[in-house]
Amino acid sequence: MALPAKDAPVLLRLDGITKRFGALTANDAVCLDLKQGEILALLGENGAGKTTLMNILFGHYVADEGSVLVSRGDGDLSPLEPGSPHAALEAGVGMVHQHFTLAENLSVLDNILLGTEKLSTLKSRRAPARRKLEDLMTRSGLAVSLDMRVSQLSVGEKQRVEILKALYRNAKVLVLDEPTAVLTPQESDTLFAILKKLADAGLGIIFISHKLAEVMAASHRIAVLRGGAKVADLPTSECDQRQLAELMVGHEVSETVRGTGAPGDTLFILTGVSAGESRESIRDVNLDLRSGEILGIAGVSGNGQTMLARVISGLETPFAGSMRLGERTLTQANARTMIDAGLARIPEDRHRDGIVGAMTVSENLAIEAIRKPDCQRFGLLRFAAMREKARAMIDAYDIRCQGEDSPARLLSGGNIQKIVLARTLETEPKVVLAAQPSRGLDVGATSEVYRRLLAARARGAGVLLISEDLDELMRLSDRIAVIHRGHLSDAEPTETLDRGTLGLRMAGHTMEAAE
Amino acid sequence: MSDILEIFMSASFWAAAIRIATPLIFGVVGALICERSGVLNLGIEGIFTAGAMAGWMAVWLGAGLWGGVLVAALAGGFFGLIHAVLTVPLGLSQHVSGIGVTLFATSLSYFIYRTALPDVSSPPRIEAFQPLDIPVLSDLPFLGPALFQQTPLTFLALFLVAATAYVLYRTPLGLAIQAVGDNPAAVESQGLSVYGLRMGTVVAGSAIMALGGAFLTMSAFDAFFFGMVNGRGWICIALTVFASWRPGKALLGALLFGAFDAFQVRLQTEVGSFIPGQVFLMMPYLLSIAALIVVARRADYPRALLVPYFRGQR
Repeated sequence: MALPAKDAPVLLRLDGITKRFGALTANDAVCLDLKQGEILALLGENGAGKTTLMNILFGHYVADEGSVLVSRGDGDLSPLEPGSPHAALEAGVGMVHQHFTLAENLSVLDNILLGTEKLSTLKSRRAPARRKLEDLMTRSGLAVSLDMRVSQLSVGEKQRVEILKALYRNAKVLVLDEPTAVLTPQESDTLFAILKKLADAGLGIIFISHKLAEVMAASHRIAVLRGGAKVADLPTSECDQRQLAELMVGHEVSETVRGTGAPGDTLFILTGVSAGESRESIRDVNLDLRSGEILGIAGVSGNGQTMLARVISGLETPFAGSMRLGERTLTQANARTMIDAGLARIPEDRHRDGIVGAMTVSENLAIEAIRKPDCQRFGLLRFAAMREKARAMIDAYDIRCQGEDSPARLLSGGNIQKIVLARTLETEPKVVLAAQPSRGLDVGATSEVYRRLLAARARGAGVLLISEDLDELMRLSDRIAVIHRGHLSDAEPTETLDRGTLGLRMAGHTMEAAE
Repeated sequence: MSDILEIFMSASFWAAAIRIATPLIFGVVGALICERSGVLNLGIEGIFTAGAMAGWMAVWLGAGLWGGVLVAALAGGFFGLIHAVLTVPLGLSQHVSGIGVTLFATSLSYFIYRTALPDVSSPPRIEAFQPLDIPVLSDLPFLGPALFQQTPLTFLALFLVAATAYVLYRTPLGLAIQAVGDNPAAVESQGLSVYGLRMGTVVAGSAIMALGGAFLTMSAFDAFFFGMVNGRGWICIALTVFASWRPGKALLGALLFGAFDAFQVRLQTEVGSFIPGQVFLMMPYLLSIAALIVVARRADYPRALLVPYFRGQR
C-alpha cells in the first residue's frame, strides 16, 4: 500500500488522553498522531478502550486528562473544545459509529442535511445539497439513492450514508468504529477500497478493529491498545499477525486446534422447516447434524440465524417442516421438551436469554434442572444441594464470581457465558446449539468456549455453531452451511471451502455464480 | 332516514362540527409536536384546564381577548416546562410525570379560581370572541355559514395546522424534530442538542394545547366551570395516534370527531324519545375507538417515543 508522504502535515493529535469510569481506567495517557492521507488502524480487544478514545475525540465524552488537537488548515494545531460533538464537526472530524446514528423516518438527503443548516432557517435548501452530494458520490464511489427512506436501506448502504454525512461537512478526519462488523467480506473489501481512495484524496482516516487480517490489509499504520494504554504504534509493513495478536492480548496466543473428528450417526434432522413472517424468517431449511461433529452456520447478521436458533431451542413453532432428535419427532416442541430430548442451548444474547440477572449464580446454574430430584423434593427447592452443586461447577468451569449466592448480573460477559456453558454442558447433551458463542468475549474466554465445544464434539455430541465470524467457523467446524435471507445452503466440508467462496454465498451468490 | 340526511345537509351541522373540533385541533397539534420529538405529554388534560382558566381569568381581570390568549399560552408553556424538565434531562417516566402535571395543573386552576371567586354560584361570563364576518366568503350560500362564520381562534387553529406541517416537513428545525423522535443519537452526532430540541417542542406544544382550553372559555362557553375540559385532552392523545403523527391527518381526525359529536346531538332530538340520551353521548367515543382500531394498527410510531436519552449511553 502506498504510504502517505513523509512530511505530510499532522491533522490530529491526541495528547495524553486519560479517562476513568469509577475504578476503571478506560484510557491511560494515550498519545496518537494522524497525518494527512494516512489510514490508521486502532487495534485492540473488547474493553481495550478503543471506542472510548474515539468518543472522546468526537466529544461524546470529556477526557479527565489530556487534550485533542486538530489542524485548522494553516498547519498549526489548536485544541478542540471538549465534550462537544458540534465543535468536533466544525473542526472537520467525522465519525461513523458502530451503531449507526441515522433517523430511519427521514430520507437519505434529509439525514445528511440534518444539523448542517441553522435551525432558524425558514426553508431547507435541498437542491444545492443534492448537487454537492451527487458530485461527492461520483468522486468517492459511494453510491446511494438520496430520496430513499433510511429504513429501507441495507446495512452497507446505511454505512455509506454515514460516510457521506461526514464528507458533506467537509471532514478532514474520518473515524470509523468497527466498520466491518456488519458487512460481508466483499462489502468490506469495497469499503476499504473507498477508504483508500479518500485517503489518497487527502483525508486522514482512523478505523477501529479487532480483526487482524483486515488491519494488516487496509492500513498504513497500526496502533494497538491494551487495557486502555497504547502498547504499540508501528507502520503496517513492519507488523505480522502473530506479533499483533500478542500485543493485543499481552501474552502468547495458542491456536485452538480442531484435529480430525470421527463423525458418527445422524443425530438431529431438520426437514423443510419454515418459520416466521418478516425479515427474520427461515424458509424450507434442511439440515442434518451427526454425532461427533461441529456444523457451522455462516451468514451476515439478520439473515434468519436468530429464527433458526429460536426454532431449534423450542421457542418458536415452525409452520411447516419437521424436526427429529434421535428417535423423537419434535416439530411441536417447546423449550422444555427440547431440553428433555437432550439439547443444550447457548443463546445468542446471553444477558437477556442466558441468565436471569437478579437471581443468584447457583439459581442460574440450576434453572434448567429444577424439576429433577437433585434440585427439588415434594415441589420444594433444595437450596443446599443446589449450592453445593454450584460450587463444584464454579470450580470446574472457573467461573469468577463473589460466590454462588451473588447475583448473576454482576458477572462479566465471559463469566456469564461460563455459567451458560456449565449449566448446559454438565448434563452431557446429545446436541449443542451454540449461537454466536464468542460474541463480545475476550481472547481468554473465547478460547475457553472453543475448548468446551471441542470437548463436547470429542465425547460424541453434535454441535451446531451459528456464527458471523468466518475465522471462528473455519477453525472449529467440520462442515459449514451458509444462511442467506432465510435459506440454508447444503453443508460442505470445511476443507473444500475458502473465505472468498463463503463470503460470496453470504452475500447471496449461488454456487454456480461463485465459480 | 331523510331526517338523518337532512342533518348532513344543514349548514349549522357543519358549523357545529368545526366549532366542536377547534379545541381538539389545538390539542392534537400540541400533542403531535411533543410526540414527534419523542415525549408523550399526558399533562394535556390539565394544561387544557389551566389554559381555560388562565385565559378566562385574564380577560375577566380586564385584559383584552388576545391578551387572554397570550396568558393561556404562557400558562400552558409553564406546565410544559415542568413536564419537559422532569422527562428530558431527568429522564423520568413520561406517563407518571404527565399524569402528575395533569393533576397539578387541574387542581391549581380550580384553587386559583376558587380563591379569586369564593362566593359565586353561577360562573361569571366574559365578553368572548365573536364569529368573524369575512367579506364575500361569509356570505356564500351554505358554505358561508358552514365554514366561514367561526371565531378567530378557529382560524388560528387552522393556521397552526398549516404552520406545523410546513415547519415539520420544510425547515431544518422540522427535520431535527423528526430525527430526535426517531433516533436522538442521530441528532447529537450531527452537533445538535437533543435536550434543547425536546424541551423546546414540549414547551411549544403545551402552549398550543392550552389554547384549546382557552377556546372553551373564551369562544365556546364564555365562562369557566369545574370539569369543563371533560376528557378532551385524552381524546387528543388518541387522535394523535389516529393521525399517525401527521398534521393534515390530525386536522381530519379532529373534524371527524367534531362531526360525530355534532351528529349525535342532532340525532338525539330526532330519535331521543325511545333511546336513552347516554347512548348518543357514547357514540363519538365508540366511533373513535373503532376508527383507531382500523387506522392505528398500521401506525408508524416515532421510534424514540417514551425513551429518555442520556448522553454517552448507547
